[in-house]
Amino acid sequence: MTHIVEIKGMNKYFGKLHVLKNIDLTVEPGEVVVIIGASGSGKSTLIRCVNGLEEFESGKLVVDGHALAPRGGNQKALAEIRKEVGMVFQQFNLFPHLTVRENIMLAPMKVKDTPKTVANATAERLLNRVGIGNQADKYPSQLSGGQQQRVAIARALAMEPRLMLFDEPTSALDPEMIGEVLDVMRELARDGMTMMVVTHEMGFAREVADRVIYVHEGQIVEQGKPDQVFDNPQNERTQAFLSRVLAH
Amino acid sequence: MEFQFQFDWQAAIDSIPFLLKGIPYTLLISFGGLLIGFLLGILFGLLSINKKWFLRWPATAYIEIFRGTPILVQVLFIFYGLPDLIGRPIDPLTAGIAAIALNSGAYISEVVRGGVQSIDKGQTEAGLSLGLSRSQTFWSVVWPQAFRRMIPPLGNQAIVSIKDTSLFSVIGVGELVRQGQVYIANTFTAFEVYFVVAILYLAITLSLSLLLRALERRGVASV
Repeated sequence: MTHIVEIKGMNKYFGKLHVLKNIDLTVEPGEVVVIIGASGSGKSTLIRCVNGLEEFESGKLVVDGHALAPRGGNQKALAEIRKEVGMVFQQFNLFPHLTVRENIMLAPMKVKDTPKTVANATAERLLNRVGIGNQADKYPSQLSGGQQQRVAIARALAMEPRLMLFDEPTSALDPEMIGEVLDVMRELARDGMTMMVVTHEMGFAREVADRVIYVHEGQIVEQGKPDQVFDNPQNERTQAFLSRVLAH
Repeated sequence: MEFQFQFDWQAAIDSIPFLLKGIPYTLLISFGGLLIGFLLGILFGLLSINKKWFLRWPATAYIEIFRGTPILVQVLFIFYGLPDLIGRPIDPLTAGIAAIALNSGAYISEVVRGGVQSIDKGQTEAGLSLGLSRSQTFWSVVWPQAFRRMIPPLGNQAIVSIKDTSLFSVIGVGELVRQGQVYIANTFTAFEVYFVVAILYLAITLSLSLLLRALERRGVASV
C-alpha cells in the first residue's frame, strides 16, 4: 500500500482501437517517472487515466488508496483522486476570464472551502515560487506562454497535490520559454514531489527522472533508470525511437 | 398630373402622445417575454446538449417546434386556441408575453448551446482535474466564458423579439402598432403615423444596440 499509483492489467479502447494494452505500472511516493514514446503511442492517454479524464475498460487502477472502477465507475473515488492529483496540460488551459490570482484561488475556495485570505496568501506564495509574483492581477492572455504554464503549475500546486501529472507541458511553447518551465519542474522534483511526466524533452528526462518508461503502441516495452534506457536500451523499438529523437 | 401628396408634419407630431402610450406595452411584452425566454433558453439549451437522450429529446422537440412555426400562429394559438382547452380566456398581454417567451426561448436555446459548445474541452478538463465537481466546473469555468460569447446573438434575438411584438396588434394588445392603427382609424393619416411608429421602433432597437455594444466592449476588455 505504499504505492501512490498502482495500475494492473489496464486496457483502454477508443472505439475499436486498443490504445492501452495490459498496462502494469506502479509509482512510489517521491518518484519522478518520465514517460516517452512516439505521438499516438498512448502515453498521454495513460496519464489521463490516472485522474479519470479518460475511462478505461478493464483492469485495476488505484491512486493513493482510492480504487477507480472501469468505465467511470466509483465516482466517489474519482472525486477524491482529483483533489489529490494535480495536472498540467500541453495547452495550459488557464481560465481566461479570471486573473492569474483568481485562477489559483478558485479550486481551494470551491473544493476545500479555504477562506479567501488564506487562498490569496497561498496564490502569492506559489506565484513567487514559480517566479512570477508580480503578475498576479493580469489576465492569462497578457502573459507569455512560459509564464502561463508556470501559472498552470502554481494553480495545480494550490490544491497541495500528492501527485502531479504533466501532459507534454512544454510542447506548445516557443523554444526560448521551455527552459523556464523545466526549471520549475526540476525544482518541484527536487522538493520531493511525486511526478508523472509525458514529454519529448529527453535532456530533462535524463537529468530529472528516477525512472524512464518507453511506451510503444499502447504497451510499456521498456523501463528503467534514465542512463540504462537512454544509453543501453534493450528493446529494439526503444533503440529505434531513441536513435530518431536523439539524432538531431 | 401633379403629385398631390404632402407629408403632414403636424399630423405626425400630433400622433406622438397617443402612440407613446403603446410603448410601455411593447417594452413589457418584449422584455417580460425575453426574460422568461432567456430562462427557457438556458434550461432547454443545456438540456439539448445533455448526454441523456430522455432529457435531450424533449428539449430538441421544443426548439424545433417553436423555431419551425410562425410566431403569429403561435400567438393566435395561445390567444384563441388555448382558452378552448383550459376553459377560460387568456388576456392578450399574457398571450403576447407567452408567445415571445416560448419563441425567443427556442432561439436562445440554440444560442446557449452554441455558446457552451464553443468553449474548449480543455477548460472543463482543467476544472475537473483541480477537483471541482461537474457542476462547479460548468458554472464557474465554462458558463462565464460562454455567456460572454452569447451577448451578440442574444442582442440580436432581443431586437428580433421587440419587432415581433408588432404582430400582436392582431390580438388587440395596445402596443405600438395597435395604437397606430387606432389613431389612423380616426385621422386617416397612415403615412405619417406609420412613419412615426417606425421611428419609435428604431429608437428602441438602436438604444439597445448601443447598450449591448458597450456591454460587449467591457466584456472583451477583461478577457
